[in-house]
Amino acid sequence: MARIVGGIGTSHVPAIGAALDNGISGNDYWSPLFAGYARARRWIDACKPDVVIIVYNDHASAFSLELIPTFALGVAETFAPADEGFGPRQVPVAQGHPELAWHLAENLILNEFDMTIANVMPVDHGLTVPLSIMFDQPAAWPVQVIPLCVNVIQYPPPTGKRCLALGRAIASIVASFEQDLRVVVFGTGGMSHQLQGERAGVINQAFDKAFLDRLADDPDGLAEIGHVEYIREAGSEGVELVMWLAMRGALGERAKEVYRHYHVPASNTAAGLVILEPV
Amino acid sequence: MARDYDDIPGTYVFDGRRSRQGYRLNMFCMSLNDAANRARFAADESAYIDDFGVTVEQKQAVIDRDYLRLLHLGGNMYYTFKIAIHDKKSMQFVGGQMSGISEDEFRQMMLDGGRPIDGNRRVGER
Repeated sequence: MARIVGGIGTSHVPAIGAALDNGISGNDYWSPLFAGYARARRWIDACKPDVVIIVYNDHASAFSLELIPTFALGVAETFAPADEGFGPRQVPVAQGHPELAWHLAENLILNEFDMTIANVMPVDHGLTVPLSIMFDQPAAWPVQVIPLCVNVIQYPPPTGKRCLALGRAIASIVASFEQDLRVVVFGTGGMSHQLQGERAGVINQAFDKAFLDRLADDPDGLAEIGHVEYIREAGSEGVELVMWLAMRGALGERAKEVYRHYHVPASNTAAGLVILEPV
Repeated sequence: MARDYDDIPGTYVFDGRRSRQGYRLNMFCMSLNDAANRARFAADESAYIDDFGVTVEQKQAVIDRDYLRLLHLGGNMYYTFKIAIHDKKSMQFVGGQMSGISEDEFRQMMLDGGRPIDGNRRVGER
């Protein structure tokens, strides 16, 4: 049977991917951040997942304002890097896992999570940067990838409570899949940051640290944080943290933190990375 | 109708009101994901923008690269940033312009821990 063996929460700042792509991840600016990724990479090397489910958001790449799905699940054989305005990132095409993805899509909908099903979904930095953070620069990603795209661009995104419940549903549906697969779930985005307006650049380290402190043991408490509190306390783009709650939900009732890294700044963002394991 | 986030300073929550206001503007920005469109935009910005039916004010703000004005006119940062990508400008350049400081000053502010949250939660907060 398939089982979820770990969860990763990580920021997906485009500049982190660009630092790798441009060969500058070892410079004075980037090395403190990348030094903290080394241990996370060792963890996933040892963990050897077959499939990763990446909960991320699109940034006006696959979806525009023409169509705004709250939750879109990618069931395709492959997912190509999107052109976000400067040509597609030169990273591998992600190979999907259509059998597990369709098992998730069918059973999530029957469990009353009304997913949008995507057979074509180019993936932008929201998905590719977390893969780069965890796997560096391989010729091919060493895992199959199921993208779960969450709208956080058009207000309102789904609530944290809904994302946590979605993660919990994913846990039981993965466990009912008949192939033996090791699955890791990524929750991406965050932590505190604001790109827009006169308040651009706002960072709230106390909020971020409290979020990390509560993620393993108090997800239901975190799920009570509303959008206005996220926006006020963690910046307008800090609301991406709802996607970490989907990851947390997928780990089941109890989870433990095995690694944490937090660094300010990565471009305009407080970059966080946490690894959790189900208990 | 007032929203419970309207008192957050310097923050333009992209709700239904702004999405309606900025729909054509943002769809113009979206078009810059395509390399052929980027070439057309580079060749004649004014004519290219006219194809999208944006308002006179929105068109002028694009030509002026006035990122704060674009937010006032319904722009969404992820969309309007595609203009900056086209110009090879960074998010720190745009963030500095919107908050009235230089790119270098913005970069240094981030290195110093970012814009403090204290004093920036509510309009009028001290």
